[in-house]
Amino acid sequence: MGAGFNIRANEDPSRVQALEEKVEGLVKRLEQLEERSAEDRVAIVVFSGDLDRVLAAFVIATGAAAMGQQVSMFFTFWGLSVLKKGTEFSGKTISQKAMALMSPGTSLDLPVSKMNYFGMGAKMLRGMMKHKNVSSLEDMIALARDLGVRMIACEMSRDVMGIKESELVDALEYGGVASFLADSLKSRTSLFI
Amino acid sequence: MNQPFDKLLDARGMNCPMPLVNARKELGKLEPGQVLKVVATDRGSIADFQGWTKIAKNVELLAQENETMDGVNVYVHYVKRTA
Repeated sequence: MGAGFNIRANEDPSRVQALEEKVEGLVKRLEQLEERSAEDRVAIVVFSGDLDRVLAAFVIATGAAAMGQQVSMFFTFWGLSVLKKGTEFSGKTISQKAMALMSPGTSLDLPVSKMNYFGMGAKMLRGMMKHKNVSSLEDMIALARDLGVRMIACEMSRDVMGIKESELVDALEYGGVASFLADSLKSRTSLFI
Repeated sequence: MNQPFDKLLDARGMNCPMPLVNARKELGKLEPGQVLKVVATDRGSIADFQGWTKIAKNVELLAQENETMDGVNVYVHYVKRTA
């Protein structure tokens, strides 16, 4: 700024006004762009209730959080099993009861996606991970919370499957597709696991 | 190489993502300008620390070394908290 600008202003006010308008327009466009640009965020949909897939989701989530990203995890359908602390049967329809009976009661009961053999595979994988000093899924979940990872349970699938809030762990958020999209549209990375 | 450091994190035996997660936690306890030395046995930590310091703000990777400690191959990382 300074003398040069003012001298020109004295010479040709209309030109300065045109410039000012142009700058104003550019600032407005920049603001709009900034509002729409991605932030340091990662959004993950956990659809699967398979131990191996869920582990992958939590490794990515905790790693991203450690790297300074703001992480949101959306648990829907089979993924809700990860958040369960127990099973209740009262007040459920027959099919909901059947589903509850055949679903994992807690994250400890999650099957693996391949070679599960009625839970033997999952037990074996957990044993192998322990042997290699890899954190257990439960440790990862606690760690994710510690790192400030947001966990959102899908309200619609929870309702359909008849899973009660009292069956899920505490300190969860509840939301729908828009709450996921609001995050994922602002994220650099969105995953569906 | 004799890189000075303010704190040492022993991440030996830890696996992905724990060396990174714990390094992040420890670094948060340091003052800006201080250096954290991380000793890990996880080979993936080499690329992990490079990725972390490239993406995260306030962190700088000063050096990475390959050493032998107690007969075991270890990967040493020096990260500095910049702000």
